[in-house]
Amino acid sequence: MHQVYTAIFEPGFFASPQVQVAVTIGGLVAIVSAVTGVFTVMRGQSFGGHALGDVSAAGGSGALLIGLSPIAGFVGLGVVGAAAMDMIGVRRLRGRDLATGIVLGAAIGLSALFLYLTTTGGATTGATQQILFGSIFTTAGGTVPVVAILGAIALAGIAAVYRPLLLSTVSQDIAAARGIPVRLVGLVYMLALAVSVGLSSLAIGAILSTALLIGPAATALRLTKRVGRALGLACLIGVAASWLGVLLAYDSFYWGASHLALPVSFFIVAIVFVAYLAAGIPAARAAARGNRMAALGVAAENERIPA
Amino acid sequence: MTDNASAETTSPTILDVESVSVTLSGRRILDEVSFTIGAGEFTGLIGPNGAGKTTLLRVILGLQRPGSGGVSVLGRPRSPRNQPIGYVPQKVLLDPDMPMRAKDLVALGADGNRYGFRLRSADRNDAVREMLHAVDADRFADARVGTLSGGEQQRVLIAQALISRPRLLLLDEPLANLDLHSGQEIVGLLARIAREQQIAVLLSAHEMNPLLPVMDRVVYVAGGRAASGPTAEIVTSEVLSRLYGHHVEVLHVHGRVLVVAGEAAGTDPAAARIASAGMG
Amino acid sequence: MFAVGFMMNAWITATIVAVVAGVVGYFVVLRGSAFPAHAIPKGAFAGAAGASLLGINTLIGLAVFSVLGALGIGTLGRRGRNDVVTALALVMMLALGAAFLSRTTQYEPEIYSLLFGEILGVSASQILPVAGLGIACIVAVAVIYRPLLLSSIVPEIAEAKGIRAYRIEICFLLVVALATAMTVPVVGALLIFSLMIGPPAAARSFTSRPLLAMALSVAIALITVWVAIAASYIYNWPVGFFVGVLGALSYGIGRAWSASRSRAPAAALGPP
Repeated sequence: MHQVYTAIFEPGFFASPQVQVAVTIGGLVAIVSAVTGVFTVMRGQSFGGHALGDVSAAGGSGALLIGLSPIAGFVGLGVVGAAAMDMIGVRRLRGRDLATGIVLGAAIGLSALFLYLTTTGGATTGATQQILFGSIFTTAGGTVPVVAILGAIALAGIAAVYRPLLLSTVSQDIAAARGIPVRLVGLVYMLALAVSVGLSSLAIGAILSTALLIGPAATALRLTKRVGRALGLACLIGVAASWLGVLLAYDSFYWGASHLALPVSFFIVAIVFVAYLAAGIPAARAAARGNRMAALGVAAENERIPA
Repeated sequence: MTDNASAETTSPTILDVESVSVTLSGRRILDEVSFTIGAGEFTGLIGPNGAGKTTLLRVILGLQRPGSGGVSVLGRPRSPRNQPIGYVPQKVLLDPDMPMRAKDLVALGADGNRYGFRLRSADRNDAVREMLHAVDADRFADARVGTLSGGEQQRVLIAQALISRPRLLLLDEPLANLDLHSGQEIVGLLARIAREQQIAVLLSAHEMNPLLPVMDRVVYVAGGRAASGPTAEIVTSEVLSRLYGHHVEVLHVHGRVLVVAGEAAGTDPAAARIASAGMG
Repeated sequence: MFAVGFMMNAWITATIVAVVAGVVGYFVVLRGSAFPAHAIPKGAFAGAAGASLLGINTLIGLAVFSVLGALGIGTLGRRGRNDVVTALALVMMLALGAAFLSRTTQYEPEIYSLLFGEILGVSASQILPVAGLGIACIVAVAVIYRPLLLSSIVPEIAEAKGIRAYRIEICFLLVVALATAMTVPVVGALLIFSLMIGPPAAARSFTSRPLLAMALSVAIALITVWVAIAASYIYNWPVGFFVGVLGALSYGIGRAWSASRSRAPAAALGPP
């Protein structure tokens, strides 16, 4: 029994201070990402969420360049990028994606510049890797309060506009008719998104922040038809994925003869991806069943035949 | 310019549209449109497709700024923050996996403009249930709104608009997606609620016959111009010809109204072209 | 900057890349496929990193991962939400890339050049393969041009003519994958995207006729890369920076142009 225990929790796991920091930050980030992620998926803004990750990356590398803490850059430029996307954005979906793409292109350009200046300036090595893929095991413990506070602010923002945001997601016109300031509510959401992406960039890297944002949320939305439950479920999945990811990453150090551990980000993303695919199975089976029954001329039990 | 029939409204004026003109992409869509609607009045906004009905509704909602003229609701200039209006858009594009059941959407209709979360409330749940029952939507109260058919969605949207007890209710082409029977049910339901709760209802349609039994007044829009007043006075060959800018005939056939374009009265009807779908 | 040997290579390669990006990008913008156009190159980057690790030619890794990405997005997108699937497929490939990269520690310059390109370091021997693949891309677009155009603008009519939307989508994504595989080694995974979005988006603001818009999109892409290379040569800053900024600039000019057009005063109307 003891052997099974040590196989799962390699020695020193619970005692290691880095692990404690990683688990705390991972959990906090997962919750904030899950909540903003549910709204992101509902609003069809996965691209925007991903683009903000790259914008954050530009911010992080810029911050490194001028010697600021990366988190300031991640969140700072993320907020600017979100505001820009909101301002340029148009109502039509494709126009909005284009605007997102343009901001993204500009951010990538900035990233290129900052990283180039950083590496030619002879400063930190591995800067690119850290910005893009995260540093959850190497983050200082002092960052935890900052993450907690920023995360709380983002969540408070979403909570404040919860109902108007839902209604305007269903229909902007209905919301406007009810007196909701649709642009303002949308902006609050974008800013919360920017903060959330910035924080998860710190944990698992700018590029992979999308996984914690979209994955648990999309999975939860496949499983339940009530927003409240979707939020709870997404948080659960996100936190589970991130803790399990930390555990596996820690353990992987002990696998095999070479002591090169696999990165946390890899495990978290893999878990999230598998969860999403698994959640699709019940729906796929129902659809297949519906197809078979339709072929037999019978309406499936729970299927609605559109009038 | 608008022709206003002389009928006086005795109920308090809810909506006052004054000389509204709108120009879009170089085209004058609406030209000095004026009319008023009083409490409990059921008004049809009739006109051919593209006449500017949706534009007019958007002006009233505050989503489109008129080039000139103005709209006031309950005596105060229209501003989205002042008086919430109940609005039922023609169609709402929703993803099938949007996590919102019909009853959730109706509940949002009640308090969707209040900030923060909602706490559980038995009263509100009762109100939602009642409203869904009133529009005959109990069957699919628990279904995701994205999976509903056009007609089902329409009912849910109407419930969502009514639950907030608006003074003014706007509906954009609600009958377009419905079969005849459902359309009649919806129209009857709306007329009854309008009377009982003294709501001013403005419902746009390109086909006026289903509304004839319940319409108190009509606002007929064509050629960018509008005429408003009691149906019998407005839907006449003279008035409509002036609006369209060319001669149209209004025929009454078996209690239905038929609007046809053509030469002066006496011409072979087979040669007449149908100007707007007025066939019952 | 024209006399030096390696610069000539850079000019030539950049021209080829811009033409391909302009043509493929026209459809990317038309179909609203900005996200897949970003995701496939990025996913390809992960493949290149993996190939590097295993010691095989990076082009193979690029090709494999970009095709995998295209197919993944296309097939999974049938059942799930398209943007969600694109996001998850992308991060899954990137995570694999991260796993590959973590195996060694000396990849900093490699990562940078795979992401942002090494166009000033293109050697003469690379030109021919790039040109070949570029021609293959253009030919592919020419072959599916009409069904692709029809299906992008009026999908219902296309379906009625027997053009299955799903098949066209897969074909299109594979073209993007091909364009990616040939251009990532030169302009980098992140930048091919900028070239496929900015110039075509700007071109669309000026005209809506397909062939004209495509030509304009190629023209703007060419100007963008040429100016970027020249600026990079003079100021020593990375080419990618100028490409990104110029892309945003051309989009902005396009938006301003169409905004000013729609505010034109209405023609005088006769009496009612």
